[in-house]
Amino acid sequence: MVSEVQKNNSAILRVERLSMKFGGLIAINDLNFEAKRGAITALIGPNGAGKTTVFNCITGFYKPTEGMLTMTRQNGEEYLLERMADFVITKKAKVARTFQNIRLFSGLTVLENLLVAQHNPLMLSSGYTILGLLGFPTYKKAAADAIEKARFWLEKINLVDRADDPAGDLPYGAQRRLEIARAMCTEPELLCLDEPAAGLNARESAELNKLLLDIRDETGTSILLIEHDMSVVMEISDHVVVLEYGTKISDGTPDTVKNDPKVIAAYLGVEDEEIVEMLEHAEAAGVDDITAAVDLMSTEAIQELEETHPDAPVASLVATGPARPIRPAVAKKQSVAKVAKATKVSEDAAPAKAVPVKAPPAKSPSAKAPAATKVSVAKPVAEKPTVTGASAVAKKSAPKSAPAKAAAPQIKAGATANALAAPREGKADRLIDIKGIGPVNERKLNEHGIFHFDQIASWKKADIIAAEAYLAFDGRIAREDWIGQAKALVKASQKKPAPKKSGGAK
Amino acid sequence: MADVQTSKAESTIAKAIKEGLFAAALALGLFLLIVGFRTDQNIRNELVLNQRWGLLAIFVLVAGFGRFFLTAYVTPWNAARAAKKRTAVAKEAKEQSSFRKSFPKIGLAILFIYPFLVISILAAYNGSMMGGLQGSLKYVDNFGIQILIYVMLAWGLNIVIGLAGLLDLGYVAFYAVGAYSYALLSTHFGLSFWLLLPMAGIFAALWGIVLGFPVLRLRGDYLAIVTLAFGEIIRLVLINWTVVTKGTFGISGIAKATLFGIPFTPGPGGFANLLGLPNSGVYYKIFLYYLILFLALLTAWVTIRLRRMPIGRAWEALREDEIACRSLGINTTTTKLTAFATGAMFGGFAGSFFAARQGFVSPESFVFLESAIILAIVVLGGMGSLVGIAIAAAVMIGGTELLRELEFLKLVFGNDFTPELYRMLLFGLAMIVVMVWKPRGFVGNREPSAFLHKRKMISSEFTKEGHG
Repeated sequence: MVSEVQKNNSAILRVERLSMKFGGLIAINDLNFEAKRGAITALIGPNGAGKTTVFNCITGFYKPTEGMLTMTRQNGEEYLLERMADFVITKKAKVARTFQNIRLFSGLTVLENLLVAQHNPLMLSSGYTILGLLGFPTYKKAAADAIEKARFWLEKINLVDRADDPAGDLPYGAQRRLEIARAMCTEPELLCLDEPAAGLNARESAELNKLLLDIRDETGTSILLIEHDMSVVMEISDHVVVLEYGTKISDGTPDTVKNDPKVIAAYLGVEDEEIVEMLEHAEAAGVDDITAAVDLMSTEAIQELEETHPDAPVASLVATGPARPIRPAVAKKQSVAKVAKATKVSEDAAPAKAVPVKAPPAKSPSAKAPAATKVSVAKPVAEKPTVTGASAVAKKSAPKSAPAKAAAPQIKAGATANALAAPREGKADRLIDIKGIGPVNERKLNEHGIFHFDQIASWKKADIIAAEAYLAFDGRIAREDWIGQAKALVKASQKKPAPKKSGGAK
Repeated sequence: MADVQTSKAESTIAKAIKEGLFAAALALGLFLLIVGFRTDQNIRNELVLNQRWGLLAIFVLVAGFGRFFLTAYVTPWNAARAAKKRTAVAKEAKEQSSFRKSFPKIGLAILFIYPFLVISILAAYNGSMMGGLQGSLKYVDNFGIQILIYVMLAWGLNIVIGLAGLLDLGYVAFYAVGAYSYALLSTHFGLSFWLLLPMAGIFAALWGIVLGFPVLRLRGDYLAIVTLAFGEIIRLVLINWTVVTKGTFGISGIAKATLFGIPFTPGPGGFANLLGLPNSGVYYKIFLYYLILFLALLTAWVTIRLRRMPIGRAWEALREDEIACRSLGINTTTTKLTAFATGAMFGGFAGSFFAARQGFVSPESFVFLESAIILAIVVLGGMGSLVGIAIAAAVMIGGTELLRELEFLKLVFGNDFTPELYRMLLFGLAMIVVMVWKPRGFVGNREPSAFLHKRKMISSEFTKEGHG
């Protein structure tokens, strides 16, 4: 693999098998990616995904636990960054960086900040200070050139007028630009920007986009950037690498990445109630853009979770799994909106999670389900046509309003004896109310014709074995007493018929 | 309107009188037994009660009037000033006045003519040239040379603390290295001052690097403690390595400096003899004055030049943010070491001058207090500012020297009173006052090392002190 990559000359930076561990914490786990020469590569991911750690490894502020970081300069020289000291990386390998929290020399003027960045060439021309101290003309000329270069960058970032002001006196956006200009004054071939658009307003981040594109096109500097501002990432980057928990989950052009369900799941998190809807919607592949897809979830992500933890219910994994990503506020809001539609709860009702769960499902009082024949019946979770271009709201309402799933797929093989072709009255019970059944299991059960508590309550031993076979776990049903739970839920729902809900809960 | 104002003024006075009377009464109650009476033993060992009504009256009056003036005048004046300050719009960093701009030049001119100024004034005062010469000894030596040594030391330390932001509490160690280098090499090998001056500087710089290496990883308090320890180690070595340093006895009879081979000795071949001047010790002192002035100005010149060099900018950048420095490809290790070495070198120069001037060195001259005084001068003057530091040195060192002159205080406090014993007290008071009044020292503003349009002073609120 290495040799194959090494042939590829277009890569300015190759990150191979990079791992970084802090004690027991694995910040980066076996990361591989490449930054192309003359391109803008974005490194994105939720908070705590390890992006800044990758940067610190590349720029030598951390020594990686494992892995190889190869920087190939324009002149063909190769540098193994993991073996170099941080300042040597800037000096020799020509990698410059900025910081997430701005690190300007606040007591030096804007101009001096840019002159400090030209330390190494100036040091040479001043004969390591001695010739400069004696007033040799080489240093005078070099100093004048350095000021000219600083002026060039000041013009680029629109700060010529403030050149003689202390850097700490500049407004925030200008400080960000100055930090980039300062890094550029080291004449880097790879510029690493740690959240350059953080704290900028829309106009400023548009200016930043222009500046970065300018840098790429005019100086040929490759750029590697960490960014949360998707408008910046999607607009200017040629290549996007997505990290989550220190592992790469996606890699490609901005378009492929933003449609990658894994990325969406990583960014938006996986919420119990949402999964139920997401299962359907994500498959509908109506995801055309991340922000519009806030309420869509990735089934693959969940399956992956389930595969890695076969003995734990997905719901609990999702809820209590180690360090779930903090869901963006927007996802919460949307789920609140959904609930509001369903239960007429005002949008302000805060914990969106609780509302739909508490409402007992409306179901038919019939206790025992008639033994279903194994005829081909409608697959409960049908592929929904016509939703692709529709808005998020339309997507949501479409399945709810359709009582019977139109298409007629089959119940999957291996279904239990009491499988139903479709939920009675077009409404399935909330199977996830049974402790141990998560959204994925619920979906699987639905696929196998189980929609109601009474169905589970009436399971025999053979049914349990069959169900465990397709749910891919052993003994869980008995251990967690699904049948007992289901019986209790059946009783509860019989005693107190649920209030009719307009939208119908799933 | 006028009525309101007068009534307000009256009420202030009335309030002040009331508070003054109250304070006086309080003082009377408090001091009646403590100050008003004093028990003494008479010749027959009997206890006698002395009444001191006069002293009690002074105490009470001071308390009463003090409170009155405080309430009537000081508080309203303060309030008015604060109100004025509030209304004043936040101004741009003030343009330097023409006096402040030309101050360094004026100061320099005065420094150059200072010995002759003193001599001519004293000659005119005494009516004879010889009187002027002899009288000037004290002013040139005790004031001029003493202050300039500290100016030079503080300027040297300023490179380490003011520019690079590395808190060095053991600076006096380099001073000691310089002094002992000259003392030992000149007494054992008979080398001349002019050869040993640069050598002392180089030795001190080497010791600066020796100190620099272990402390490279340390910052702030830890760095301060280690440098303090380093200073103590040097001093203890000087005390205990008696074979070489003669311990606490010190090294005496160190050769004096010569003016390029012309010794300042009476008799034939001496400086006075060659120029046909009357014999006097003052020529040597004047020579030393110009020597230390030259050395101090060399320190200043190098500092000013270095600030415009990449290394000087790297020092200041290091003070502002070390991590950013590293991200820009600056080797912070060598940068710190050069700062230590450069600062130490000037300490070494000053040390060898000190040995030549005194003719005697002992470890007692290099105690921690010296480091503290030099540090205090740097901090009071304003870190990084040469002019501020020079003023601070003149005030602190000149002030303590001046205390010796205040003979009239003996008339007030009795013959046992020695004002110079109080110099540390005054030193401390002065520091507190200056730090309250100007937290960043006399000259807190930083002068940029390069400019595009106009050289603007940088307010102290933006500059950092460094982390270590």
